[in-house]
Amino acid sequence: MRFRLTLAAASILFFTRDCLASQSTLDPQGPQAEHLARLFWIFTGVCTFVWVAVMIVLLAALIRRKAERPDPLQLEPATERRSAAVVGGAVVATLLTVVALTALSYLSQRQLFAREKPAVTIKVTGLQWWWDVRYETDSPDQTVTTANEIYVPVGEPVTVKLAANDVIHSFWVPSLFGKQDLIPGQENEIQFKASRPGVYRGQCAEFCGWQHAHMGLLVVALPSPLFQQWMKLQSAPAAPPQDPIRKKGAEIFESKACIMCHTVRGTSAGSRVGPDLTHFGSRQSIASATLPMSRGNIAAWVVDPQGIKPGVNMPNVSIAPEELDPLVSYLAGLQ
Amino acid sequence: MKRELTIALLFVLLLAGCEREDRPLRSDPVLNENREAIALATNSPGPTGPVEYKSGTRGEYEKVAFHVSQGKKLFTWYNCSGCHANGGGGSGPALMDDVWIYGSAIENIAASIREGRPNGMPSFRGKVPEDQIWQIAAYVRALGGFVSSDVASSRHDQIYAHEGEARLPSPSPRTSNQPGLAQPK
Repeated sequence: MRFRLTLAAASILFFTRDCLASQSTLDPQGPQAEHLARLFWIFTGVCTFVWVAVMIVLLAALIRRKAERPDPLQLEPATERRSAAVVGGAVVATLLTVVALTALSYLSQRQLFAREKPAVTIKVTGLQWWWDVRYETDSPDQTVTTANEIYVPVGEPVTVKLAANDVIHSFWVPSLFGKQDLIPGQENEIQFKASRPGVYRGQCAEFCGWQHAHMGLLVVALPSPLFQQWMKLQSAPAAPPQDPIRKKGAEIFESKACIMCHTVRGTSAGSRVGPDLTHFGSRQSIASATLPMSRGNIAAWVVDPQGIKPGVNMPNVSIAPEELDPLVSYLAGLQ
Repeated sequence: MKRELTIALLFVLLLAGCEREDRPLRSDPVLNENREAIALATNSPGPTGPVEYKSGTRGEYEKVAFHVSQGKKLFTWYNCSGCHANGGGGSGPALMDDVWIYGSAIENIAASIREGRPNGMPSFRGKVPEDQIWQIAAYVRALGGFVSSDVASSRHDQIYAHEGEARLPSPSPRTSNQPGLAQPK
């Protein structure tokens, strides 16, 4: 309980600081993103300088008109030498610039793909249109399964193994690292660090179907002790409901179509088609960072997912009006 | 003038490409409850066979490629392969041969999924939404070779032992709508 309060306080703090979860390449929050941002600014600066210089020379050439010579074919050794020097200098400068930028890019790549011993290894699987997140640990009972939210410890290297189950997706949290594709049948890997605690929004960056735009995710960076507490909380099975309304909600959940696709660890619901809902209520958003977590949004989503994300794989399930409140209470209470 | 008219007509022709098929995503929750009366057993007391009521509207499902491919996806997701093994049969009967114990019509297949059948087939009533039941039934029809080849899928997403449903031979159902159990070969 105390942990939950701390977490709530921490997230309120982060949210008020930024108002929104940060999602910008120009707002780097980790060493990998800083490399990319630095590279971006250097390239932009150099290219701007080159463009301005070329435009100035071009304008000068257009404005400064020379008088026509009596014999255009006659060679003037002084002008020839000067032209050769200018063109030669420009060619050398171009080559040097290209080589320097290539070297810079190469060195940054080396930094980006340098690997440390990871503090946390996460397997992220892209599906239409959500993210399955599994924390790989030494003992299976510590393994954490969640969806659409990745919690990481601040300042420690995090390795993410990327896979896909249906089509190609791309994993991109602009404030933390560059894009990396999730390809069916191939496992890619990315490593990153978050320098500051905060909530960073990510987005699928490879068109993957109708609801591609609504395939977001959140990366939450917490100080290491808070992160360990989060892991402990998430690895536990769902607490059985105590109050009668939530008990009824659990019955509805287990007797409806919900259990055909979802898992709630500790109950008979164990299907792996949709997101794991064991600690659904502890998340900050629902439907892949599409709606903020609230009772109203859960109800809206459960009643009419096809109205919020048309084409999503969750079908409209017929729920009687009196069943909705217990079901929403049950889901929101899965802390 | 003639040229403009031809171009305009060609553009009108483009309209033919619109709305090739309807993909209803938001099924009506009230219509969901609409069930057709299908006899669960093929035998009945007296000389007349069991009474069945089929509206025929559900037959539309097997004419739309979207429904058949959704059914194919759901067939895997809801672990139909656990017993029917991609249609080849395991602890449940094969779905791609010509033996149909409870009838090969889409209404009969949907009834089998919704209500269950003796000796193992569980009832999925309330667990699988009604429109998804019809989609799965349409796919089972495709496995049996009853769906036209431009609707059935011609390839699989995963590795299968058999070809896409569009290329399967279509067997003539021996026991469709006939009283009495089928005699396996």
